[in-house]
Amino acid sequence: MTVRGVANTDVPTGPNTFKITWVPGHDTMLGICHCGAERIGEDPIELWMWLLGHPVDHDRAVAA
Amino acid sequence: MEFVRNQWYVAAFAEEVSDELLGRTILGEPIVFYRTSDGTPVGLADRCVHRRYPLSEGKLDANDNLVCGYHGFTYNPSGVCVAVPAQQRIPRSARVGAYPVVEQDRFIWVWIGDPNLADRALIPSLPFLDDPEWAVLRGMAPLKCRYDLLVDNLMDLSHETYLHSEWIGTPDVAETPTTTSTDEDANIVWVSRHMENVVCPPSYIPSMAAKGFAGTIDRWQDIEYHAPALYLLNSRIGPPGVPPREDGDDSHAAHKKIVYGITPSTANTTYDFWCVARDHEVGDPAADERGMKSQSAVVLQDVVALDLLEATLATEPPNYQELSVNIDTGALAARRMLKRLAEAAKPVAVTAE
Repeated sequence: MTVRGVANTDVPTGPNTFKITWVPGHDTMLGICHCGAERIGEDPIELWMWLLGHPVDHDRAVAA
Repeated sequence: MEFVRNQWYVAAFAEEVSDELLGRTILGEPIVFYRTSDGTPVGLADRCVHRRYPLSEGKLDANDNLVCGYHGFTYNPSGVCVAVPAQQRIPRSARVGAYPVVEQDRFIWVWIGDPNLADRALIPSLPFLDDPEWAVLRGMAPLKCRYDLLVDNLMDLSHETYLHSEWIGTPDVAETPTTTSTDEDANIVWVSRHMENVVCPPSYIPSMAAKGFAGTIDRWQDIEYHAPALYLLNSRIGPPGVPPREDGDDSHAAHKKIVYGITPSTANTTYDFWCVARDHEVGDPAADERGMKSQSAVVLQDVVALDLLEATLATEPPNYQELSVNIDTGALAARRMLKRLAEAAKPVAVTAE
């Protein structure tokens, strides 16, 4: 197993990958699923549960 | 957090294992480590089958066999008993478990779990830990805390601002948002925090001077956590507004790769194997000394805090509540991953028909 040791922008975006980033200038976070679904939220636990629950509730629109 | 079995864990630094016996408890399993005369590292269960005396209290004979210090039961490097005091007959069941052990990148790795699943290709490759282009400092801090407290600590570096302010913390760390990614198949969590045009923390100022610049810096922290056992922090410090060049040349910046081997010992103790590899001021003893002073101080601050937190949690009622905020995103991802891995690796109970 090779440790990549590179910047986060280079991480794989294959199946079963997930990302949470902060919305610039805000306290809210944006969760992005490998399927393209996105969700904005304030609670990281809730966001991880939604992401890792793929594909449940994963339409492509940004959910409120 | 339960232990994650069927994994490679750092058991020791290479230089810790010799013809002297080293006893360590890893994931609750007592193991004795040593090297045979040809340098091969060995790990055996640290309990004599006779009366459970720790084999680490014995000694090696001239044939690389381990002689129990209590009654002289003797085991070869595969754990097979080859001599029993006062008789020729050796009971067929007289053997101790032999652990898969691999030496790589100046670590001794041990597989904890089903030995048939041990594949050395799964061990993270960390070539910079044994490379003349990198200066490497090493140490091990035994923690009196459950291993997931160390994972929480490492996955959220905003604590540097408050816990390590004299060394590596500045206000910018806690105030800069992060991006967290996970690969749930490869079991990796990445957390990135890229700070631009920020104050240089005190510990890095001499290295920046050696690189030829002073003042504010661009400071990148890119964490790559290979659950459960291996954490890597890529640290990049460079002149503000000057990213790596398009051809990949980043020689104008200073890089560190900070590795933590997170090895649970018991439910409430953990071995914290740390390495700091730097690509600047290589071969400079003054930089080594500064680096050891800084890293040792930072590690000690974490040890004190985590030991205290463990003792504090022990006084909490069951099902105590926590509150998570944005900075916890990476640590929460790691926790979920560890839970999943621990569950998946549990031995399956076989019930009699």
